[in-house]
Amino acid sequence: MNKKIWGFILSSLIFYLFSNSKQSIPEKLSDYQFFKGEIKHLVPNEGVIPYDLNSTLFSDYASKIRFMVIPKGKKIPYNDESVLDFPEGSILIKNFYYPINETNPELGRKIIETRLLIHESTGWKAYPYVWNEEQTDAILEITGASIPVKFKNQTNHLIDFTYEVPNINQCKGCHEVNGKMSPIGPSARQLNKLYSSNYSTKNQVTELKEKGLLDISNEELKEIPQMANYLNQNESLDKRAKAYLDINCAHCHNPSGPAKNSGLNLSWNNKDLTSYGYFKSPVAAGRGSGHLLYDIQPGKAKQSILHYRMNSNDPGIMMPELGRKLIHKEGVELIKEWINKM
Amino acid sequence: MKIKNKSLILITLLHIFYNVHSQVEFEKIIQKKFILANDQSIIEIEEGSFQLGKTLSLEGKKNIIIRGKGIDKTILNWANQSSGAEGIKITNCENISLENLTVQNAKGDLIKTMEVKGITIKQVKAEWTNGPKASNGSYAFYPVMCENVVIDSCIAIGASDAGIYVGQSRNIKVKNCFATQNVAGIEIENSLYAEVFNNQAIGNTGGILVFDLPDLVQKKGGHVLVHDNLIQENNLPNFAPKGNIVGNVPQGTGVLVLATNDVEIFNNKIINHLTIGAGIISYYMTEIQIKDKDYDPYPAGIYIHDNYFERKPSRVPIKGKFGKMYRLALKVGKNPPMIVYDGILDTKKLNKEGLFYPEFKICIRNNTNQSFMNLDAEHNFKNRSRDISKYDCDYVNEKILH
Repeated sequence: MNKKIWGFILSSLIFYLFSNSKQSIPEKLSDYQFFKGEIKHLVPNEGVIPYDLNSTLFSDYASKIRFMVIPKGKKIPYNDESVLDFPEGSILIKNFYYPINETNPELGRKIIETRLLIHESTGWKAYPYVWNEEQTDAILEITGASIPVKFKNQTNHLIDFTYEVPNINQCKGCHEVNGKMSPIGPSARQLNKLYSSNYSTKNQVTELKEKGLLDISNEELKEIPQMANYLNQNESLDKRAKAYLDINCAHCHNPSGPAKNSGLNLSWNNKDLTSYGYFKSPVAAGRGSGHLLYDIQPGKAKQSILHYRMNSNDPGIMMPELGRKLIHKEGVELIKEWINKM
Repeated sequence: MKIKNKSLILITLLHIFYNVHSQVEFEKIIQKKFILANDQSIIEIEEGSFQLGKTLSLEGKKNIIIRGKGIDKTILNWANQSSGAEGIKITNCENISLENLTVQNAKGDLIKTMEVKGITIKQVKAEWTNGPKASNGSYAFYPVMCENVVIDSCIAIGASDAGIYVGQSRNIKVKNCFATQNVAGIEIENSLYAEVFNNQAIGNTGGILVFDLPDLVQKKGGHVLVHDNLIQENNLPNFAPKGNIVGNVPQGTGVLVLATNDVEIFNNKIINHLTIGAGIISYYMTEIQIKDKDYDPYPAGIYIHDNYFERKPSRVPIKGKFGKMYRLALKVGKNPPMIVYDGILDTKKLNKEGLFYPEFKICIRNNTNQSFMNLDAEHNFKNRSRDISKYDCDYVNEKILH
């Protein structure tokens, strides 16, 4: 009995100290010990789980490697609508890198930054870590950074530009729901795909359940929605376009997001045509309107503001307004074809 | 001689290098201050002219004062902006003051504040320095979805949409400001309880606009007072990029109310506007299709009184829809009416005799040099009329804040 009380007092004390001390955020990525061996190989330690998404946010053609950490003994509650409600203490790890030559991965890669989304007691926080030239560690840069990047792309063209690591305020420019920070990607429909490791190929959602990290019933498991991969030509044009707009635009353009003032809602589940952009007049687009009248003019991509702003890299015109310097040609083509065939 | 030249070049190069380097350092330091500021603190910005490449953002803070050393003493310039559309962006905050500085040439908006409860902007000049151009950013001052907004003693120049624009907000005061060479000088849009007074809107396309637009989150604006302003010679050719609603504002507009309810316009000097002194119009005049079922496109509860109007005789410029309407349909010659009302009626706002219910009245009285036309735009201007007697009334809505 006594032991129990003492144990209770001690654990309360530890909890109290832990939650009240101003936890300082580690300055170096290596301090977290997410990876074993040479850090640049990104080989995860136990409890650091790799994952992938069906459709991914375009970030200047950067390749990404993602991991999640779920605190011991906790589970993610399941829902089939929005981003999963990761328990407090969870960490999402996203590494941004460029292969030296995309057509020949064996030539190696350069990791630019690692973004951490940490679910603290006060809510989600974002921390960008910028890798050093030697690729031996990454340092927290709360004001972001501008980094020159050179790589050869799929068609063997040299791409040479300045990559922008966002500052921590800018992170929230996208990662926001009702004024609070939130992850964007890992919803059930985004995670519902096969993931190949060295040992096996398994569905990620099933894998999370088997690891005891996801609280999902067997019935629910059979009916998980799945988002299309917008790069997959075998999917319908409509599904691909909507997946693209959902992951690239709807994190801001939804009724609770940072661009709600525009009245444009590009969420996958928005069924209202006007707020999805059909014949919708711009509100405060300024020169972003490009002298065009509607966000989407069916049948006429070149007359649609959506296409115009995606196809620009002028900071005063382009969409998304953060996180890219380059035009996503494949994305623009997809949206162009989709609008033209309406 | 040659050697001298070389060393001169070297010194210049070193100077440029040092300058660029220190500017980048300045930007990092100031952004760091914005990020690390504790609640209840003051962020001072030193005197000098600084080039910035990225948006300076303040997020999730309370009770912060951002203070420069004065207009044209502390100058932040985004002429070479490489990322982020805004100059200064303040989001999800409470009680923020921004004062005593000049901001210039952002690619998008100069100062945007969104979801801020309590934002005061005082003694700030926001401008595009190469004159009115379609390639300038949209708004110089842009509080949107905010509460308790005060814009006081500010200067807005060159916005390709509105100099001072308050959108989808409530409890607003815009006072003692000067707006020039913008498409719209001052614009209140889908906002509630706004008072616009003691300002000067001179040399814009339109002086002061009060608009309600469809398809927005905050649907209905209203309870707006516009008084004691000097609104003069807003005759600048419209340079807004097409597609934007202000692109429809005719060159030479003093005050324009579009689809808003409960607007009182009084004690203003409205001088020398080529097209409209004061206009009251419905959204139908834009000829844009309405798909928003909850949207009320008609202005109602409007009271224009005790203003001073003046205009030299001259023809209305023929540019744009309104220009053509004036010249070809209304045929007003050199003396267009000071006050126009489109006359498009919402039968739901009328009683059995065809008169407005009290809360929807449109009243115009006691203006100096008052002249008027009901355009009867609904019937192709057939029964247009200069008879003002039907509108000679007063309208006081108790909900208007005085």
